[in-house]
Amino acid sequence: MLEAFNFRVILEYMPLFLKCFMATLWLSGAGLLGSLMAGTLACAMRISNSRALSGAASVYIESIRSTPLLAQIYFFYFGLPSLGIRMTEEMTGVIALTLNSGAYTAEILRAGFQSIPFGQVEAGVSSGLNYFQRMRYIILPQALGVTIPPMLGQAIVLVKDSALLSLISITELTRAGQIMTSERFMPAEGFLTTAVFYLIIYFVLKSIAGWSEKRLIFREGR
Amino acid sequence: MWTYYLTELAHSLPFFLKGLWMTIAVSGISLAGGTAIGFAWGILRTRKNRFIDHLIGAWVDLIRGTPFLVQVFIVFFILPEAGVHLEAFPAAVLALTNLGACFICEIVAAGIRSVPWGQKEAATASGLTELQQLRYVVMPQAMKTILPPLVGQYVLLIKDSSVVSAIGVMDVTRAGWLTVQRVPQGLLVFGLVGILYFIICYPLIHLSNFLERKMGGGTTSF
Repeated sequence: MLEAFNFRVILEYMPLFLKCFMATLWLSGAGLLGSLMAGTLACAMRISNSRALSGAASVYIESIRSTPLLAQIYFFYFGLPSLGIRMTEEMTGVIALTLNSGAYTAEILRAGFQSIPFGQVEAGVSSGLNYFQRMRYIILPQALGVTIPPMLGQAIVLVKDSALLSLISITELTRAGQIMTSERFMPAEGFLTTAVFYLIIYFVLKSIAGWSEKRLIFREGR
Repeated sequence: MWTYYLTELAHSLPFFLKGLWMTIAVSGISLAGGTAIGFAWGILRTRKNRFIDHLIGAWVDLIRGTPFLVQVFIVFFILPEAGVHLEAFPAAVLALTNLGACFICEIVAAGIRSVPWGQKEAATASGLTELQQLRYVVMPQAMKTILPPLVGQYVLLIKDSSVVSAIGVMDVTRAGWLTVQRVPQGLLVFGLVGILYFIICYPLIHLSNFLERKMGGGTTSF
């Protein structure tokens, strides 16, 4: 198998792969940004005192977490047109990724905020710090430290999840492998090259995550 | 119009249930296989053999760093080039079992490492063989750490099983995809698909949360 491995064709297809590599970065980057916004909103609703808001956020989070992303992607891809809403595949894909990842982001953020003992907020109040000072000096430094490593993990998941967008014919990395397979019938070259590109993103994000875990998480006695 | 679509959908309900059965079959077999292999790998990783540890670690990184869809394509399209011809169903089970084993192996290894080293030394001093140590001392304690994330991982794997619809396995997602070509109401069709997944996954998510509460801080309860 390996002796027949055709590096020349891979080089020939390299411009396509690089273009698709950028597309994957763009799609998952947009999804990450969107999920931070959706997640912050859902988290704020979830921990609010209003039962209606909290209930709505729960329904959103639980229904996303209990169904596969692929079903969600198809839901929007086939469902939005039947409501008369037409948009590009990329738009649909980013929306599906955003809403999916937003539910997980909301849970990560909630865990981050709940990791801070309430006594610290009270201590801040009695030291005479105002709301913004408490946020700036007490809550955010600790909450971000707890939140950033799992958020980087979520970013890794998001990059891998974006592969499913190839199934609604968005041109990204996995699609490049499919294109090469169908044009040249070289699945080994196509999909292994695709895998290598994903691994590059994975190892970069993983090392950042490892570094941030060492640097950012506050531990007693440090 | 809506009543027409609803009756159409009601007529294809047996088709969906068949798909649900396929989803259960694929994920059931893979979960059983993945759990067995994952426990074996997890135990091997904690055996202080650096070579085996690094070997399994590298494999786990390769699998965790690439999208499951790409892995499914590799098994389905590339293994035939190496002379291994697999139908869609065994290919799906193989890919999902491997994915499960890789994630479960990490959970098991973390669980075993959470057991204090002194326990193992005490067991050695009591004259227990390696197997007895695992069976009577290490595993019963490690299970408390392993069980909640293990059930959570099962949910992720069941959801990931939707991806194998891309190579033509007739699971729920595939049933939805085929139905939506005939009944062009994406929201309705994939709403039903979502409900079917929800029925399986939602109780499992709550089982995982329940186990986490029950096992939380449980190490002192003997």
